[in-house]
Amino acid sequence: MLDPVTLAVLKGRLEQIADEMDATLFRAAFNPTIAEAHDACHGLYDALTGATLVQGKSGLPIFVGVMAYAVRAVIDKFTGARAPVPGDVFIFNDPYLGGTHLSDMRLIRPCFRDGRLFCWLGSVGHWHDLGGAVPGNYNPAATEYFQEGVLIPPVRLFSAGVLNQDILDIILAASRLPDSAYGDLNAHLSALDLGSARVEALLDEYTAPVVAEALGELTARAAAQIRAQIAALPDGRWTEEDFLDNDGRTDAPLRIACTVTVAGDRLGLDFTGTAGACAGPVNISAATTIASVYVALKHLFPEVAANSGVLDPIDITIPPGSLLDAQRPAPVGGYTETILRIIDVLFCAFARIRPAQAYGNAYGTINALSIAGTRPDGRRWVMFSFFGGGHGGNPEGDGLSHGNPPIATAIIPPVEIMEAAYPIRFTQWALREGSGGAGAHRGGMGAVYEIELLDEHAEAFVFAERARFAPRGVLGGGNGAANRVSYQQDDGQGGQVWHTPPLASKVVGVQLRRGQRIRLESPGGGGWGDPAERDPQATEHDRRMGYLG
Amino acid sequence: MTRLVIGVDVGGTFTDLFLFDEATGTARVGKLPSTRGQEAVGFAEGIAAMAPLPAISAIVHGTTVGTNALLERKGARAGLITTQGFRDVLEMRRRDRRQTWGLTGNFVPVIERDMRAEVAERTLADGSILTRIDPAELRATAQRLLAAGAEALCIVFLNSYANPENERAARAAIRDIWPNQHLAISSDILPEIREFERTSTTALNAVLQPVVGGYLDTLDGSLRGGGFGGEFLIVQSNGGVMSVEAAARLPVRTALSGPAAGVIAAAHIAVEAGFPDVITGDIGGTSFDVSLVAGGTPALAAQSTLDFGLVVRTPMIEITTIGAGGGSIARVDAAGILQVGPESAGSTPGPVCYGQGGQRPTVTDANVVLGRINAGRPIGGKLARLDAEAAATAIARAVADPLGLGVMQAAEAILRVANARMAGALRLVSIERGHDPKKFTLMPFGGGGALHAGALIRDVGLARALVPRFPGVTSALGCVIADMRHDRVRTLNRMLAELDPAALHAAMDEAERTLSEPLDRAGIAFTGRRVEHALDMNYAGQTHTVAVPLPPGRLDRAGVQAAFEAAYAGAYGRLLPGVAVRVLNLRSAVIGLRPKIDLLSMAPPPSASLSAAARPSRRVWVDGWHEARVFDRLALPVGAVIEGPAVLEQPDSTILIEPGLAGRVDRFGNLILERA
Repeated sequence: MLDPVTLAVLKGRLEQIADEMDATLFRAAFNPTIAEAHDACHGLYDALTGATLVQGKSGLPIFVGVMAYAVRAVIDKFTGARAPVPGDVFIFNDPYLGGTHLSDMRLIRPCFRDGRLFCWLGSVGHWHDLGGAVPGNYNPAATEYFQEGVLIPPVRLFSAGVLNQDILDIILAASRLPDSAYGDLNAHLSALDLGSARVEALLDEYTAPVVAEALGELTARAAAQIRAQIAALPDGRWTEEDFLDNDGRTDAPLRIACTVTVAGDRLGLDFTGTAGACAGPVNISAATTIASVYVALKHLFPEVAANSGVLDPIDITIPPGSLLDAQRPAPVGGYTETILRIIDVLFCAFARIRPAQAYGNAYGTINALSIAGTRPDGRRWVMFSFFGGGHGGNPEGDGLSHGNPPIATAIIPPVEIMEAAYPIRFTQWALREGSGGAGAHRGGMGAVYEIELLDEHAEAFVFAERARFAPRGVLGGGNGAANRVSYQQDDGQGGQVWHTPPLASKVVGVQLRRGQRIRLESPGGGGWGDPAERDPQATEHDRRMGYLG
Repeated sequence: MTRLVIGVDVGGTFTDLFLFDEATGTARVGKLPSTRGQEAVGFAEGIAAMAPLPAISAIVHGTTVGTNALLERKGARAGLITTQGFRDVLEMRRRDRRQTWGLTGNFVPVIERDMRAEVAERTLADGSILTRIDPAELRATAQRLLAAGAEALCIVFLNSYANPENERAARAAIRDIWPNQHLAISSDILPEIREFERTSTTALNAVLQPVVGGYLDTLDGSLRGGGFGGEFLIVQSNGGVMSVEAAARLPVRTALSGPAAGVIAAAHIAVEAGFPDVITGDIGGTSFDVSLVAGGTPALAAQSTLDFGLVVRTPMIEITTIGAGGGSIARVDAAGILQVGPESAGSTPGPVCYGQGGQRPTVTDANVVLGRINAGRPIGGKLARLDAEAAATAIARAVADPLGLGVMQAAEAILRVANARMAGALRLVSIERGHDPKKFTLMPFGGGGALHAGALIRDVGLARALVPRFPGVTSALGCVIADMRHDRVRTLNRMLAELDPAALHAAMDEAERTLSEPLDRAGIAFTGRRVEHALDMNYAGQTHTVAVPLPPGRLDRAGVQAAFEAAYAGAYGRLLPGVAVRVLNLRSAVIGLRPKIDLLSMAPPPSASLSAAARPSRRVWVDGWHEARVFDRLALPVGAVIEGPAVLEQPDSTILIEPGLAGRVDRFGNLILERA
């Protein structure tokens, strides 16, 4: 049995390793989705099972859960004569094996000690472009993954320390932006080099058995911790549901349902009642579904350590054939929207189970916008970013305005960086007045972003949600304002007219000319508690600040 | 003629003074309680008690008035004028949140929305002006904000880093009608790309101008009224000093004034003692501030976050802060893991042993229970004695019982966990940035630092610790020796292949000229001047940059490329051949070197002896009870070597020499702690 002090020290040291890998990738990466938005993650994973042992604090929360499946995929594929050796690095983006979507490139490296595999290091990040029909890979109209991008199965990028140039050539050839891909790849490798050296030093200092024992103990304690939290909840069954606007192909809502059962120290999450697999790209793999449950639980129980122990007392039922159990080649590019909805449903269920710690829904969409074109000198450009929205009202106070989505800790690239890099200008970057859901503690505000094209011609895509079903309030709080996407087109008489897309929250390849604008008005968060109970001074402050619209 | 220079560091609990007589080379230290909100009163009294004001040639001040005003949101009411469509940049931040897990926590901007106004104007990213300002609209907008109570006004236009013309025109339109000096444009404060960071820095500066300006005016007035006729200087976060006028105009540059002075002093002491590679560790009541000094030069960071959403982007001495100090609270969490900090008992109620109502055990309580702090002789002189029994009871209840440990073991475990966290901060600034800890000396300062030094050098693998002769007044000493320093950044944003070396050299010369002006006007003696230029560079496509120091002299493009590759390989261990290189910013600094104190003037007198320094021994727990020798630290002679277990006491600090370590007094009176 490890003494409590060594355990605490090792916990800190292990988290530092992952944190520093995060920092290295962020600083060295090329594409802003990693470098500025931190859509990436690092961790240490179990040698035999791939289970998450430790994750960095700054990486994307959703990856904690899914990376375990990514590592597992490498473990399962490379056995016998193909088993990993020191110096190997595996690379892939197969979403059916590792969760999420094709944009997320995973690099996995084994750490050996005394000739035995001790653990795995993982480095994952959202790359800028990997082919497919749409620059930036967010194709709202995809019906198979082939239209979303090029799928790389788990392969060896390095064999015993030697680069496999053929693999690199294939990956770079798949991208519209090979420089960006090459830069990001090198940044991942720098992060893995550093993590590997740090693990070596830690094992030198504490020995492999002691570190292994600490890792086991940390997982066991996270499990014990969440069991204790579940045991404190009242037993019972609660059913909640919410809807996605549509799948990007057919304009019909898609139900996400969950029945939550608390029984002693176990928690059942049964997604029966959820819509079947859809033609468009809002399907998610079972691994992604489980990862989204993990993220929701970590927000609901923030004190619990970030490792696979969290899922130990959770029984998850995913109906086969549903959109939460995507099978190859069903498109999965819009996975973020579906997992955000799962989190919203779980927040609403827990608001009933444990009202004292209820959150109103956050804005519930990542509002992925890409604008792409070709410069006069023939160079391709792809501007791609996620946009923010309001957080829900909560027991502590009003929701945060213009926050990042619960699945990410991403920050947004500055306007000036985007204007310097792409032939566009922003004409508005503002809080969206009146978008926060009413409540004793109101929801945070979403934002208005309006962009004008400065080049001759470009093509725009939006992958978003929450245009038809607004973020919900809890405990009597009102809903946040729904999402709104619009763009200008010629009116045929020399003027401009604003359009909203037929699928409300999804825009597929709209052609923009010089001077035309596209506008995102992102959702606010849901309110918390009865608006009649709001402190009149807070309401007066809101009015003076113009927050109410 | 006597030349007396006084350094004054006003902290949360104490005001520390350090007086240096340049004529005789002698120094004296002083300490008095700080009066929150009335810092100016204690300040003048404290100085007058050390020397007659007319006899003082310079007073150098490290202050936390600005930091505290920001953290407590007690800045002045200020107005902000922005480009049409962008008044919410300050409130929208970079779309972040307070913590990764749990969606609570809100943000209140330092300039609220009703005090932020928009005007029609637009500059594009290439510097071309799409819409010029309308002076009448600017004046009307400023009048409205003034009528709404603005005591300061700032103007931030989009892309003003690329062309400041519209901001300058706006200021010119308003200047005549604005009733005070508190009027600033962002391209003066920070002409650097990234609108949120520029807006935040400019807005924070605006809300601080009336506060810091008023504070310094009051101080200056009371000093002059008392007959002071010398120079009054303020320490900046970059570790250099500036004039009171500059500080009133750029108060945001004082955000880390006091801590920066401490690092400056530590660097000087360490270099003099022959250890130019040090990591400073300032242990206060609630925090542990760590900074790395390699080759005698403190590391500078480009940006710092004072609190969620409060971003200041000006060069600052890189200080990493974690919530672990004497007041950090120990508890056992739901998973049965012992946690120490970041929650702190602060100075009220303070640790349990203070007897001021604190119920939860802290790091200081653990040190008292283990006999490492002398309960009968508390440092600082505020309390007569400490309540060790109450501390033991609290540790038993909160830590020992839940973990099934004895009280002494529990107290030691609290220190081990606290030390592990501090060691983590030391590793963060050293090992994790590629510095080998074996080459570094730990310099603990602040009241409690020297109690933990032995454990920290062992945990991190540092070569040794150096405890300065007066660890409690290190920041005040830093005020006295800090150089005058002015920094500037200019965004170039060019591919290296398109960079005109002549234009670069012209920009460097212009920066040098501008930055030299305040030095020329300062009216104090410099022993020399140093000019530093660095470029922020990256591979085209990256958004983050590496700092590339430029060697003196003229460089062609190949020279700049070589300098970049050296810096990049150092940071990431690889290069990306064939990828184009970009130059984002030019950073320049001009430093006026000030005379350094001969630290020998503070050395122990030749008459000192080990026997005269000895005090009665007492029991100290280090993995079991030990009978430890106790000494009056300041009375120890040069060359004395003391093997652990031993405790050295002085009015503002306690030093523990653990078994297996030995302390040696060097010729300056510093204590060098190494493995025996």
